[in-house]
Amino acid sequence: MTAPANIGIDPPLAILLELTHRCPLRCPYCSNPLELERRGAELDTATWRRVLEEAAELGILQVHFSGGEPTVRHDLEALVEHAAGLDLYSNLITAGVLLDEARVARLVEAGLDHVQLSIQDSDAVNADHIGGFAGGFTRKIQAAHWIRAAGLPLTVNAPVHRSNLAHLEDIIALAVELGAERLEVAHVQYYGWGLRNRAALMPTRDQLDRATEVVEAARARLKGVMVFDYVVPDYYAQRPKSCMGGWARQFLNVTPSGRVLPCHAAETISDLDFERVTECGLAEIWRDSPAFNRFRGTGWMPEPCRSCDRREIDWGGCRCQALAITGDAANTDPACGLSPHHSEILTLAEEESAREAPEFDYRRMANPAVVEA
Amino acid sequence: MTRAIVEDGPVPRLPWHIKLRFDKQRDRWVVLAPERVLVPDETALEIPKRCDGENSVDAIVGALAEAYAAPAVKIREDVSALLQDLADKGFIQL
Repeated sequence: MTAPANIGIDPPLAILLELTHRCPLRCPYCSNPLELERRGAELDTATWRRVLEEAAELGILQVHFSGGEPTVRHDLEALVEHAAGLDLYSNLITAGVLLDEARVARLVEAGLDHVQLSIQDSDAVNADHIGGFAGGFTRKIQAAHWIRAAGLPLTVNAPVHRSNLAHLEDIIALAVELGAERLEVAHVQYYGWGLRNRAALMPTRDQLDRATEVVEAARARLKGVMVFDYVVPDYYAQRPKSCMGGWARQFLNVTPSGRVLPCHAAETISDLDFERVTECGLAEIWRDSPAFNRFRGTGWMPEPCRSCDRREIDWGGCRCQALAITGDAANTDPACGLSPHHSEILTLAEEESAREAPEFDYRRMANPAVVEA
Repeated sequence: MTRAIVEDGPVPRLPWHIKLRFDKQRDRWVVLAPERVLVPDETALEIPKRCDGENSVDAIVGALAEAYAAPAVKIREDVSALLQDLADKGFIQL
């Protein structure tokens, strides 16, 4: 089913609010864009409240408070409370290093439903090296205890790559010990910072196969104790992921300055213009934005997607990856074995993972800026 | 922590952070959970609706056997399997 016009467009299920791009951590695979937005450009509290109201009205069910590090915003509790009042299911996606017990209590009081806490590694020294923030690991463990003690359900998000995959068993054990009910073992994705650091992050095929075995064994062993979400790396895949469940089908993302995107990396497609919540209503953007409609449905698809029986399963894969590897966002995702560019992506993965890993090029503002917590 | 088995806990309930809500926009019931949304069909919906911390597994089986005019043995089999699956995924507590 295609959506060439604004007919038959279902409302989105979830919205991710990047309240800020400020973050004390400097992870080299950060999902924020290379051009980070500054504090001065961030939306004010009243505008975020209006975005939440428009989201609920549009039929959105879940809101993810993310960043950057969303806890640098002092109005986080107020926004969580507003979301709860609108019956939006709220999730805090945090690095945890700025939380304290009182803040966790205030978030519970405000009506927060769930916390997703990132862990860079089970080894404190390596974790702090990856995050580029000394002492971060210890603070995260403390934060996890406060979160669980407050009765909040916890998902641990563990981005994995060549420099922490050897510790995967320990990362899983740590998540259990912290009382997580879900663990996301997510091979890092290669957009923005991750793409820039790809050679330092790309696992070998052996590392990947071993990781998959470890996850499958743990999933069986921990059935009923902890649920696993496993995100596999595209470069070794045969079929692409259903990126965002399809472009502009279920999800939208709002940047700190209010730009509305179908995915967090969409701004890499530089010939698309994305509207801001300060200019248009969310419903109008969802329905009418030319950028949202550009890759919505199946009508835009080239071959081999157009006639593929999986076209409404994977929706052609990822537009940002098609652009990053083939130079054209309208191409089939090269992660697909049917893409004429598939052998390039596989060769890249094999060659880069076989070489010695370069140093991380850490996430940073274009010019050094102080993080204001 | 250990896996909860349906037989061990006779009174299943939704944990506070799993929310059964009527979605007015889409005119259907949904179950909201961490980073996921379940859309149960009419039959599957009977389970979370009855997991209120008051109905025992026995009571749920009895009510459904009556509602669907089906043998309790068969209903018990289906309900136990569904409850166990929901418990394993963290959607209900036993």
